[in-house]
Order: sequence, then C-alpha cells, then structure tokens
Amino acid sequence: MNTATKPYRRTSLLEGISTLLNGFRLTLKHLLKAKKPISSGYIYSENYTYPSSGIVTVEFPHESIPVPDHGRYQLHNEIEDCIVCDLCAKICPVNCIEIVPIKSPVEIGKTSDGTTKRIYAAKFDIDMAKCCYCGLCTTVCPTECLTMTSNFDYSEYDIRKMTYSFSEMTAEEIELRKKEYAEYEARKKQAAVTDATKDTISTPKTNPAKIVIKPVVKPAIQKNETDKNDNTPS
Amino acid sequence: MISAILVLLLILVYALLILWAERKIAAFVQDRMGPMEVGYKGLGQSLADILKLLQKEDIVPATADKFMFKLAPLLVFTSVFAGFACIPFIPSSEGNHIGLTLFFILSIISLDVIGVIMAGWGSGSKYPVMGAMRAIAQIVSYEIPLTLSVLCVVITCQSLDLQEISYQQGLQANVGEEGMVKNYFLGLKFLGIETGNVGGIFTWNVMRSPFLFFAFMIFFITALAECNRAPFDIPEADSELVSGFHTEYSGFRFAILFLGEYALMLLLCLLGVILFLGSWNSPLPNIGSVKLCSWTTGEPGTWASSCWAVLWLSSKTLLLLFIQIMARWTYPRLRVDQLMNLCWKVLIPSGLLLIFVCSVWRILMI
Repeated sequence: MNTATKPYRRTSLLEGISTLLNGFRLTLKHLLKAKKPISSGYIYSENYTYPSSGIVTVEFPHESIPVPDHGRYQLHNEIEDCIVCDLCAKICPVNCIEIVPIKSPVEIGKTSDGTTKRIYAAKFDIDMAKCCYCGLCTTVCPTECLTMTSNFDYSEYDIRKMTYSFSEMTAEEIELRKKEYAEYEARKKQAAVTDATKDTISTPKTNPAKIVIKPVVKPAIQKNETDKNDNTPS
Repeated sequence: MISAILVLLLILVYALLILWAERKIAAFVQDRMGPMEVGYKGLGQSLADILKLLQKEDIVPATADKFMFKLAPLLVFTSVFAGFACIPFIPSSEGNHIGLTLFFILSIISLDVIGVIMAGWGSGSKYPVMGAMRAIAQIVSYEIPLTLSVLCVVITCQSLDLQEISYQQGLQANVGEEGMVKNYFLGLKFLGIETGNVGGIFTWNVMRSPFLFFAFMIFFITALAECNRAPFDIPEADSELVSGFHTEYSGFRFAILFLGEYALMLLLCLLGVILFLGSWNSPLPNIGSVKLCSWTTGEPGTWASSCWAVLWLSSKTLLLLFIQIMARWTYPRLRVDQLMNLCWKVLIPSGLLLIFVCSVWRILMI
C-alpha cells in the first residue's frame, strides 16, 4: 500500500522563493517585450505564423496576415469569357454551381482566347456556402474564365447572400432569347418536315438536315483533340 | 463630507483604471493586446462595461433570501469604503482623530467577510454557498497572520495611529521636538549611524528594523489572500465555482461587489505602503549636501509638501498593485489544503516569531 502512494515531495523555502521569482521574471519578460512584432511579410519568411517575441494578435478587420499572391479562396467567373459549357457544374462534387443555358441560333461572339460563344447564360450561380474549395471547376474550365481569387473575407449575415450570380442577363432579355431560339427550332422543324416531304420523292434518307450539319462540326473537334494528343507525347 | 465624496470619486476613477490596467497587463503577459477598440488603446473599455452593467436587469433569484441578497453588496462596499476614512493621504490631512486608526481599519475590513457570507448564503444556490464557505475559511484564517505582521509595526512604532506611524518614517524635521524618535540604520543601534536626517528609504519601516522586511512579506501575502486575489482566489475560482459568492449577482449589485473587491485591494496596498514602505515619505535620501529627501518632501504644511506626499503615496501604492496584478497572471491557484497549510503552518508561526523578535529588538535596540 505504501509503495502505491508517492511520498509528498517537500520543497525547501529557498527553492520555493527561487521558483516564485523565476516565474515572475518570465511573465515580466513577456510584459516588457509586449510590442507589435515587425510585420513578418511574406508567407515563406521564417516567423510568418509564430513570431519569436512580441504581441501575436492580428487586429483582423484593421489589418490582416498577408495571403499568397494567388490565393485559391473565392470563386469568380468572368462571364464575358464563359462559353456556358456546363463542365464546371458537372464536375463540382458538392453541386454548388447552377447553370441555366439558352442556346443561340447564331454565334454570339468570341471570348478573349478566341473561342466561339454559342450559348447564353441565363443563370450562372455559385453558392459559396456550399463550395468546398477543391478547385476542380477551375481546372476543367476550357476558357479559364472560372478562377479562384485571393479574397477570403466574404462572410455574410444572410446565407442567401452567399450565392453569387454571375449572369448579366435581364429577365426580358432571357425571355427574348428563349423566344428567339424557340422560333428557330420551330423554323428548323418546319424546314425538316418540308425537306422530308421533298426527299421522299428523290432519295429515301431519314433526317438529312441534321446529318448534313453534324459531320461538319464533329471532325473539327476531333481534329483538335487528335492534334493535342499528337503534340503531348512528342 | 467633502473628503468622503473625494474618496468615493478616487475609488471610482481608480476602479476604472485598475480594471483596464489589469486587462492590459494580463494581455501583455500572454502576448495579446487586450482591449483596443473603446477609446485610446481601449482606455474607455471599463467605462463601457460599467455602463453595460448599469443597464442590466437587477435579477434576484427566486430561491434567494431577498433581504440578505440585496443588502450584501452594500455591506461589502461600505465596510471597505469606511476603511478609507482612516488613511492619511497627506501629512496635514485631518483624517480621523480616533488615534486607533489601524485598529479601526483591521476591524472594519473584517466586516467585509459578513457581507461575503450574506451574499453567498443569501443567493440560495450551490456555487455561491461553496464560494462563501471557502471565502470565510480563507479570510478568517488569513486575518491572523495579517494582524500579526501589522502588530510587528505597532510594536516598533509604539502607535496605532497611521499618521503617527507615517511621521516616524520620514525626516526628523517633520516630527518636531515632542515626537522625537531616533532612527538608526537598519535599526542597528550599536553601529551608531543615525538616519533621522538622511530620511528617504532608510527611515522606512522595512529598513528601521531588520525584521520588518519579513513582516512586510507576510503582510503582502496575506493581503493577497484577504482580497481574494490569485494565487489565493479559491473563493471565486472561476474554473470550479463559476465565480464564487457573486455568481447570482447581476447589474448594479454585481458592479458594487466588484468595486468593493478592487477597493479592498487598494485599501490593503495603501495600508502596506503606510505601514512598511514609508507612507507618503520620499524614497530618496539626503546624501551630504545633496538634500534629495528634503527637496522631494517640501516644507511641512505647504502645498508642495501635500503634492509630494500624494505623488509618493500613490506611486508606491501603484507599484504594489502592479505586483499584485502580475502575481495573478503568474502563479497558479493554490488548493484548499495548500492554502491552509501555508497559513497555519508557515505564516502564523513565523508571524508569532517575528512579533517576539520585534519586541526584543524594540527593548534592546531602538
């Protein structure tokens, strides 16, 4: 039984005094060194997170620790360069990107890297409250219009404000474009029907109109891809 | 009447500043910044806190003994406030003429514990009761070494009058012919070095007798325990008892309790300075023709002397307060048994021994 209980260690008075003074010296040292450390600067500097002495507090709204030049925090879409390909929405693991596309009968314009735009973005919403910052959407983006920015401070009181809309189309415009495409579709169908009636007389082929268009587009894309595949190994 | 209002104002301003200082010192010790937003470097923070407290509802728990619960904070603060009536702030201060000022202060401080037990018991809740029981056990037992250490001074000075004790610790010129007390270097009469005209730190009580320094140490430690300050803050041990006997208090009553606590801290530091550290006397000695002590004391009875007295008394008190605050942020809290060990096995025996030695020294040496 005696072996189990450790004997109470008696400390001498002098030891007590010296340890008390030692503790006091330690706190006094911190008190005297309580100055704001000189900004440690860039993230690679040695005492970026743990300065060796001085006050470690960062008074956040007034000042902040420097972030990397290319931080990957808030998502941003440069809608002018977006071709509304829907790749980002498809790859997103948490489904935080919501896209409503409207096809256009004609070419709308070109992005800054020369890609043709054919689809309007009636809705391009990113819910940053859901975002898990994996960055997959930015890697699949063909025109690199979807990027992550260095802005990390965008908390809101209302959760609905965390959804960022990048579409610049007004409701009327959306209606207009929808009507435009519907008319185009109708016209095309009409044309197909008339073509079909004509074709029944000459050649018995089915849906010639579509077949005519598609072979033109497809080889072009395939050609691009084969070019890439050829280039990368060599 | 005017002096009572002045002292009340002093306590209020002091409380605001000491709260701020305590938070700042705590922050700096822990490498933080402390309050920064209200006013310059957060100076207005404690004022903002007081304003917030005053706006709060005055909640009296349903299970509380309402009469005791409501009376307790007033009793705590009044008993401490009454203690200030006897503090000689300046040489010419009228103060209280009872001639037993030290005795009065010690007894009125003891009244504080009744307020604490009323607060704890009257709250009708378990944590305050436990806090109050601890507080009583602590304050009652620590009053003994406190009184013993004070008695050492009384024996040496042969007086219970704080103003008289203050005069004895200064230049002989201040005392006059009838109150002549000869001061020797470190109280060693056989060396024959009289310090009555040197003044300064050499006539302070800690230097007048070789043993009063140890008495001062006992006094300082027990003063920490008396005002429930860390490392003796088990009555309000935040991590165990929420906040001890004032757990159930809110609003103005809580502010009064808090004020009483900090006022007691000030009172005990003032008492320590008056009894041991030369009261309102200058710490600088006269060296030959360089009469530093005379220069920093002023002619007796003039405005200059009063100003010097307030300066020296307050700066010495602030130094003690600073050490008290630093102790809180340096040392861990004692356990109950360690607390009682320290009191009954270390402080009281050494206090008794010091009284004996001081009495003998008084007879033989001074």
